[in-house]
Amino acid sequence: MADAAGTAGADQGTHPLLRVAGLAKHFDVSKPFLNRLFEGEKRQILRAVQDVSFDIPSGRTFSLVGESGCGKSTVARSVVGLYRPSGGSVVFEGADIASLKTRAAMKPFRRRLQMIFQDPYASLNPRWRVADIVAEPLRAHRIETEAGAVKKRVGDLLTQVGLDPKDAAKYPHEFSGGQRQRISIARALASQPDFLVCDEPTSALDVSVQAQNLNLMKDLQRRLGLTYLFISHNLAVVYHMSDQVGVMYLGRLVEVAEKRTLFRFPQHPYTRLLLDTIPNLDMSGRQREPVAGEVPNPINPPPGCPFHPRCPHANDRCRVELPLARPTDGGTEVACHAVEEGRLPAEDRGTAAAPALEDERPG
Amino acid sequence: MAAPLLSVENLRIEFPTRRGTLVAVDDVSFHIDPGEVLGVVGESGAGKSLTGAAIIGLLEPPGRIGDGRVVLEGRRIDNLPYNEMRRVRGREIGAIFQDPLTSLNPLYTVGRQLVETIQTHTDMNSAQARRRAIELLAEVGIPAPDRRIDGYPHQFSGGMRQRVVIALALCVNPRLIIADEPTTALDVSIQAQILALLKRLCRDHGTAVMLVTHDMGVIAETADRVAVMYAGRLAEIGPVHDVVKHPRHPYTVGLMGSIPGIGTEVESLTQIEGNMPRLTDIPPGCAFNPRCPRAFDLCRSTRPEPMPAGEGKVACWLFAEEEAMADG
Repeated sequence: MADAAGTAGADQGTHPLLRVAGLAKHFDVSKPFLNRLFEGEKRQILRAVQDVSFDIPSGRTFSLVGESGCGKSTVARSVVGLYRPSGGSVVFEGADIASLKTRAAMKPFRRRLQMIFQDPYASLNPRWRVADIVAEPLRAHRIETEAGAVKKRVGDLLTQVGLDPKDAAKYPHEFSGGQRQRISIARALASQPDFLVCDEPTSALDVSVQAQNLNLMKDLQRRLGLTYLFISHNLAVVYHMSDQVGVMYLGRLVEVAEKRTLFRFPQHPYTRLLLDTIPNLDMSGRQREPVAGEVPNPINPPPGCPFHPRCPHANDRCRVELPLARPTDGGTEVACHAVEEGRLPAEDRGTAAAPALEDERPG
Repeated sequence: MAAPLLSVENLRIEFPTRRGTLVAVDDVSFHIDPGEVLGVVGESGAGKSLTGAAIIGLLEPPGRIGDGRVVLEGRRIDNLPYNEMRRVRGREIGAIFQDPLTSLNPLYTVGRQLVETIQTHTDMNSAQARRRAIELLAEVGIPAPDRRIDGYPHQFSGGMRQRVVIALALCVNPRLIIADEPTTALDVSIQAQILALLKRLCRDHGTAVMLVTHDMGVIAETADRVAVMYAGRLAEIGPVHDVVKHPRHPYTVGLMGSIPGIGTEVESLTQIEGNMPRLTDIPPGCAFNPRCPRAFDLCRSTRPEPMPAGEGKVACWLFAEEEAMADG
C-alpha cells in the first residue's frame, strides 16, 4: 500500500474500521392488501441493494458511484442504521450493528457514525438557530451538558468548518447553500465521530463552493483521522476524494478497485461506459461515446447480469447467469463474465481518462 | 462578416422592490452567429437564466428589461407586443428547460402537444402534423414513435422526456434554441446522449444554440464560444478553447481551477475565497474585486468594460494595462 502513503491516516494500518458483507435491502412496494386481494396481484418487492460487500480501512475514503436509482444512497442509509438491512451485516470495529435491535444498543454506535446529507436546505431545521442545530448531538449523547461548555464547543465547531462563532445566533435561511452544508458538517462532527457517511455532499453546490467544501472535508479528514464513505455520481469529485471506489449498477457492486487502478484500467463494461461519459475539459477532441439504453426498472430487473441489455459484450451466458465478484490480477474485484472469460480485452486509459494534464490546468 | 443572428446590446434586467431596484443583469452585450453554439456559464444567481428568459420574452414579473435591446435577424424583439412575441417564440426561437417534466403538460399526450405546436406555427392539417410529429420523435431517438406518440409524459423516463422537449423545440425549425440547463436533471450516461443529440440536430438543421449551464464540462465539449457571467455581468467571452484552456479573467481562472480533474493528484483544489455578492450589495468597481487575488485600486473604484483580449473580450483592468503597455 505504498501508493497510499500520501493519503490521510495511512499509518492506521489495514484493519477495516467498517466491513459491509452481503448487504441487502428490500422494499415492499406492493399495493395495499385489499387491492391485491381484489385485483389478484402478487406482492412486489423492490430489491434496492443486493449482495454488496466492501471494507473501509480506518482513515481512508471509500466511494460509491453510480447513476440515480442504483442503490448507493440505500447503502449509505443502511450503514448508518437509518434503514434496517434485509440481509447481510455491517460490522463496525468488530460489532455487527445491523443486528442491533434496540435504540439503546444502537446509541453508542450512532455517536461514532454520522451522516451528511445531500440537500442542505432540507437537512437543517429552519426554525432552529444554528447554535441549537449544532448542539443537538452534544445534548443527545450527553457529551456536554452545561450551557457554557455547549456554547464554547459550538463556537469551536463552527470555527473548525470555517464559519464564525457569532453565526450560532442565526437561522439556516441566512446562509448560502455552501455555508449550510458546513453547518451540517459541524453538526456531524459535534459527537466526535470516527466515521462519516457523506451522501452527495456537494452535488447541490456550485463548483467554486464545491471546491471550498471538498477542501474542508479533506482537511478535516487529515486533522481528525476520519474515515469516509463518500457517495457521488460525479466521477471527478470521486477521483479527487477517494482511496477506493466501488461502482454500483442496479443494486449491485459491479467493480471495486483502488482509485487509480479503476480510472486507469477499468474492467467492467459499465465502468468503462461511465468513464466515457465524463465531459472532456481537455478539449482534445475526444468524443464522448453516447451509450444506448437506460437503467432498467429495479422492480423487474433483467435476468442474468443486470447490465446485459446495455452491454455490447453480452452473450447467452450473461443473459441467464448472474456474474459474481472475482478478484483480478490488478487487485480489482469485478463481476463480469466477459472479463472472467477473457472476452473483453484489458484497457489502459493512462492518458485518455486522465485528460487534465497539470501544466495545462490553470491556477 | 455575416450579420449576427441574435445580438444582445447593453441588456439590463431589473427587479423593482420596496427598497429600491435590484439589478440582476447589468449591461450585458453579446451576439450569436447563425448555426453557432454559445455557452453561457456562471454560478447560481449570476443572471445567466434571466438573460435567456429575457431573450425569449419570458421574464417573470416583476422582473423587467430596464435598458438595452435584443435584436433577432435585424428586428428588435424585446419590445414586441405579447401576441407578436408569441409568434416569434416557437417559430424563430425554441426553448428547452432544465426539468422536462414541468415543460410538458402532464394531462395531454406528447403527440397532442407536438401536433398543437406544429399547427400553431404552420398550416399543416392534423394528419400531416401527426406524421411530422412521428418523424420528429424518430429523429430524436425515441423507439417505436408511432406507438409512443400516444403516451403521456409520465410514461416516459427523464431522458426520453427531454428528447420529447427537444422535438417540441425543433418542430418548426427555429433559427435559435435557448437551452437552459438541458441536461442538469439527467444522469451522466443520459446526459451524453442528449448533448450528442442536441449537437447533431442543430448542426443538421443549422440552428444556433444558446446553451445556459453551470457545467464547464458540458460547455467544453458542446460550445463554440463561451460567455462567463458573474454577479449579473459579463466577465469574459471568447472561443471555447481560449476560455477553457487559457482563461484570462481571474474569476474564470478560479472557476476552472476549482473543478476536480481526473488523473490530477492535487491535495486541495484551487478555491475562490468568499461568496458571490448579493444583488443588494454588489461592490463598487469590478463586482469580483473583494474575492480577486489580483485586485488593485482601480478595480475597487471603476467598473471595467469588456475589452478585447486575444480573440475574445475580458472585463478586467489587468488586460487594459497589458494593452496600454503593449501600445506604449
